Amino acid sequence: MSGAAPLRAQPAYLPPFRQSNAQRAAFVLLAAYALYAAAQFDLTWARFIIGLSNGARFLGRMFPPSFANWEPLLKGMLESLEIAVLASVVGIALSLPLGLLSARNLMPAWVTWPARSLVALCRALHPVIVAILFVKAVGFGALAGILALVVASVGFIGKLFAEAIEEISLKQVEAVRASGASFANVITYGVLPQVFSRFVGFGTYQFDSNLRNSTMVGIVGAGGIGATLFSAFQRFDYDFVCAILLTIIAVIVIGETLTNVLKKVFRA
Amino acid sequence: MPEARPEARQWRRFGAGEQLVRFAVYLLLVATVVAAGRSVEIIPEFLYDAPEQMQDLLVRMWPVDFAHYPKGVHAGLMETLQIATLGTLLALVLAVPFGLLAARNLTPLPPVNFFARLVLVASRSVNSLVWALLFVAVFGPGALAGMLAIAFRSIGFLGKLIGEAIEETAKGPVEALTAAGAGTGALIWYAYWPQIRPAFWSIVLLRWDINVRESAVLGLVGAGGIGMALDTALNLFQWERVAMVLVAIFVVVIIAELAVTQVRKRIL
Repeated sequence: MSGAAPLRAQPAYLPPFRQSNAQRAAFVLLAAYALYAAAQFDLTWARFIIGLSNGARFLGRMFPPSFANWEPLLKGMLESLEIAVLASVVGIALSLPLGLLSARNLMPAWVTWPARSLVALCRALHPVIVAILFVKAVGFGALAGILALVVASVGFIGKLFAEAIEEISLKQVEAVRASGASFANVITYGVLPQVFSRFVGFGTYQFDSNLRNSTMVGIVGAGGIGATLFSAFQRFDYDFVCAILLTIIAVIVIGETLTNVLKKVFRA
Repeated sequence: MPEARPEARQWRRFGAGEQLVRFAVYLLLVATVVAAGRSVEIIPEFLYDAPEQMQDLLVRMWPVDFAHYPKGVHAGLMETLQIATLGTLLALVLAVPFGLLAARNLTPLPPVNFFARLVLVASRSVNSLVWALLFVAVFGPGALAGMLAIAFRSIGFLGKLIGEAIEETAKGPVEALTAAGAGTGALIWYAYWPQIRPAFWSIVLLRWDINVRESAVLGLVGAGGIGMALDTALNLFQWERVAMVLVAIFVVVIIAELAVTQVRKRIL
């Protein structure tokens, strides 16, 4: 492209950051695909107008939110919080060894390969689908939700832990090893201090994410506020739906504020 | 006795105040976990027969009903992919303006930043399943509701990360262009865009990958895609078909992840 340029007569002005033909083709293809897919979805103006009037009616019924039925709301929300807390703790506790086992700079290939596959397997299915399977295995209730979110946590932070460990500086590890430290000491004094603050960051992120998901697993019967929300939707009890949604958003915002404080304390 | 001997000095990583705060955080964490563990409702009888139930589930799922794929699964799977892709594209269109407004260096107006951030947080705080419930109520069941749910959930994610990428750009090119008399549009296109481009595409690809997973469950609440097939099979206890759907989701998720890795290698 630029190699051949001096031989040819240069145009007087070339706009900067020109796109190559391949890039243009990619954008045209993407646009064509979007049009094709939109046609498949039966996106018509009439449907949009009907939807708008439906939406207006819907919003009208959602406001003002009704907190009259606050007992199931509080109970469900507390259960969601419990699910999120327990799932995060167990998930992080399981992810630490798994992350260590899947770090390719510390472990031989025959250890990292199974550990990585296990973590990838945990990540492959959406928490709600995993929750369905656990509801079948351990029955309705919070336990199924906790187990589903444990799986989700392992899938996500197990991978991040492994990546963080793979990015450490090996000089410190070598120094600790050279002083005759055992393997456990190498981990505690050579590896963990380098990754601890990042682990705190991942852990708090996962807690936020578990909190969001713990409000959802109830839709398939795995405990928490999701069941209340779903049944309110099915009863067209939209002002209660609005109250539940506002509560969920408030709890998530408070949770995020708290995890930010935690990150500040640990400088993550 | 003078304390001048260097080996007698105690080195501490954290000051007394820091240690106190850390200790308090640890204590609070343990207290929260204990409180959650004590009050969560877990029915022990369900736990005892969990292995049996799990075995029963696996037996019922085997053999996987592959014959069901052409008539019941394929269309849903394609719809899921279209929901994810179109949803991501729509979210991109909507998220870029909010990302630009949320970046404090590009838009030095605190009230505008605050408003944009509020919109982004609201979008992220509502789970895509809840967005799906809302859009099913407005537009009726189907892929359109799913696409809008994916789009509205993704706005917060894309907008936040795009805004952060803009805030991390170097000032040099911006100042140079401003000194040359460039307007806002030229600034965005020639100073910010080249700097955020790699981050931008990797954010979009990451979100598409997440959306493929998420759109697979939207059908559980009636928002189209393969989740509908899953829901039907679950309600009829056709576990061989459930297994087929799960295998299909699994394969698509893996393919999507591989595709994203490849595309990222090519364009970044």
